Amino acid sequence: MDISFRIRRYNPEAGRPKPYWQEFTLNDVEPTQRVLELLHRVKWEQDGTLAFRRSCSSGICGSDAMRINGRNALACKLLARDVGPKIQVEPILGLRVIKDLIVDMEPFLAHYRQVLPWFVNDGPLPADGRERLQAQEDKDLITDSTNCILCAACTTSCPSFWANGEYVGPAAIVQAHRFLFDTRDTGDDARLDALGAPDGVWRCRTIFNCTPACPRGIEVTRAIGEVKLAVRKGATAGIIDPATIKQQH
Amino acid sequence: MQTHQFDALIVGAGGAGLMAALYASQGGAKVAVVSKLYPTRSHTGAALGGIGAALGNHEEDKPEWHMYDTVKGGDYLADQDAVRVLGEEAVDAVIELEHMGLPFDRTSEGRISQRRFGGHTSNFGEKAVRRACHSADRTGHMILQTLYQQCLRNQVHFFDEFQVVDLLLNQGVACGAVAIQLGSGEFHCFNAKATLFATGGWGRVWQVTSNAHSLTGDGAAIILRRGLPLEDMEFYQFHPTGLYGLGVLLTEGIRGEGGVLLNRHGERFMERYAPTIKDLASRDVVSRSIYLELRDGNGIRGSDYMHLDIRPETVNRYLAEAGETRRIDEDFIARNLAETLEVCRTYAGVDPLQEPMPVQPTAHYAMGGIPTNVNAEVIVDASGKVMQGLYSAGEVACVSCHGANRLGTNSLVDLVVFGRRGGKRIANFVREAPLIPPPMDAGEEVRAEFERIRNSAGNSRPGELRTQMQSLMMTHVGVFRTAEGMQQGRDAVLELRQRFLHDLGIDDRGHVFNTDLMEAWELGCLLDTAVVTAECALAREESRGAHSREDFRERDDANWMVHSLISSHANGLVTEQLELSLNHDKPVDRSLEAEDERFAPKERVY
Repeated sequence: MDISFRIRRYNPEAGRPKPYWQEFTLNDVEPTQRVLELLHRVKWEQDGTLAFRRSCSSGICGSDAMRINGRNALACKLLARDVGPKIQVEPILGLRVIKDLIVDMEPFLAHYRQVLPWFVNDGPLPADGRERLQAQEDKDLITDSTNCILCAACTTSCPSFWANGEYVGPAAIVQAHRFLFDTRDTGDDARLDALGAPDGVWRCRTIFNCTPACPRGIEVTRAIGEVKLAVRKGATAGIIDPATIKQQH
Repeated sequence: MQTHQFDALIVGAGGAGLMAALYASQGGAKVAVVSKLYPTRSHTGAALGGIGAALGNHEEDKPEWHMYDTVKGGDYLADQDAVRVLGEEAVDAVIELEHMGLPFDRTSEGRISQRRFGGHTSNFGEKAVRRACHSADRTGHMILQTLYQQCLRNQVHFFDEFQVVDLLLNQGVACGAVAIQLGSGEFHCFNAKATLFATGGWGRVWQVTSNAHSLTGDGAAIILRRGLPLEDMEFYQFHPTGLYGLGVLLTEGIRGEGGVLLNRHGERFMERYAPTIKDLASRDVVSRSIYLELRDGNGIRGSDYMHLDIRPETVNRYLAEAGETRRIDEDFIARNLAETLEVCRTYAGVDPLQEPMPVQPTAHYAMGGIPTNVNAEVIVDASGKVMQGLYSAGEVACVSCHGANRLGTNSLVDLVVFGRRGGKRIANFVREAPLIPPPMDAGEEVRAEFERIRNSAGNSRPGELRTQMQSLMMTHVGVFRTAEGMQQGRDAVLELRQRFLHDLGIDDRGHVFNTDLMEAWELGCLLDTAVVTAECALAREESRGAHSREDFRERDDANWMVHSLISSHANGLVTEQLELSLNHDKPVDRSLEAEDERFAPKERVY
């Protein structure tokens, strides 16, 4: 199949102050080729100046989140047959564009760090020198939120984040969820304080954009809802009903 | 050029780099981590099935059995002092990851859950054992995140999207590195008492690979260009189950949970090649078996792939046949192999619950690399002489605990065990060591090389040269090798290298995120890495582990229980000729064998 590509370009060094659209045509595209491969074809065959981030090309590193035909996705997880034959690609919204499809990730990562995303348990370790015990049912409470790869697809699909970049955003809340509901973790108080702050979890207006944007299939809005309940209650116990945890398939 | 001073500089933010950074900082060192990717993008995150440790949470297991499997899996080329450390410290390292919060799956007693994996056996090869500790089938993802989070908690300084392009040596010791800040194109000098390379592998040398685009052998090439040796570069592992056409990895955990490989006749052909543990034989053995089946015309629909079947009805039939009581169902697969289902459905349009997955061997892991001792200190010759201030760990390093073929899950064990040892060693070293200043001409050569590439206007596009190299290496320096083919491959890659030096042409002359420039520089690293791989492979006239010669089919223990050390005497960064010299003076450490004759080389049967 042939693909016509419309790509949002911006190069601060090229003497062209504003972003613009550029069109490319690709012939002989296999329907199973990934959008990332098509971007590579443009870069390697037609215009080496096209800039975008990528690494694993199999949906686990989170480098290549972009807005493809108006929706956030990883370029390496969308196939040509599912988006072609006209493909429009632009940077994710709400973060400063540096060059072409590359945005400044630093504010996004600052929000991540804001929720204290690390395991805390300074209590005594098991006397036998072995692992802490945890029931599989308890581990399952966080299985979904541990899926996050920090690609920013959710946060940059969120109108509340677009309106106010100080909002920590869905990704940071999902990452906080992973620790808040980890039955081994003891760092809840500081984390709940951070999330209860004015730019914390209450900026979420439950618009649901984040959930379909997540390339990992995380139930983002649900996780945010559970964190809201925890902030209101000041504790996490009893908030998730294990019977309602989704099956993975 | 802006200069930064630290006690320790860690290059690369995958599992090994982060583990070293964590331990060095906990030991009081001021640590910088410099990484060309955001740390959570590192390829450790793509490791799937598990991390091996003899916890014995389901059945009896011992570190000695893990060591035995590692030595046998490595076809007796692994240094047994390193294997001993790996086996002894794996248990403690995995427990420590749990203490750092890693969300492992659990047994019914709440302990870390373990699954079977290729080449993991109990009682010195008697039967398969459950040793791979897992977090669903994204164990590496959770290790990477957990270590990054703990580094953040521990105030490690991160320089994200800074790509190291040269090593600094002065007064005969390592004193840091030069990096280019990708966002601005500016060069920065990192001056440090200790420098640790944890830059990962070079799977992008080959056409079909499980490796990320970023795995371009930067660290290995920099070491080579600075006149230091690389070890055992001929040993490169092809994982048997890459998704057909793409090379994306399908975890060995699929076979660990009972999945089987089938040929076009629906035959479980591994029964013929490895009668005892069948589909769970070592990766080199399974990859070769697949190739032999394909050669005999047993590929699916006469093509060049096989089927991997995890459907419950198939698995349960074989479990019953083997007299096992365990059975699996769709829920079990969905819980434990979620990533596998997602990958197959997304990229191949195949639902593994309904039909078998199409697979082919895929370039996966470098056993060779920067030679180190068991403390992650880089050594410079066959006698084990240490290069002061220089360390290496992870895939780019060669300690060598993997020998001629790495055992499944041991990449993650290697990261945490030797990353930790490197971090601890560095913390001690920097307390006493002086900070040696960078050389007067720091960065000059590499800046000139970058200017050459930035302004290059020849006819050879980097993408074209890379594609040709990948195809040549796949054909001539892949799973099966002959002298004739490898010479042909090496000479053709050398010609590509000449075109890279004299006829390169890129489009982007800018400084901000010039990915055209960076990809071209990385191509240079790949070409150098490819040449030394072919050179070492040509010289080793035997078949051992992942190095399989059709003109020398047998393992030759009388002559080849030695490592390869290759170095370049070109004395400069990127030179016209590599001027390689190769020796085989470094014997394999056989200290386990000296105590227990079961570790002695014997015919490798699975």
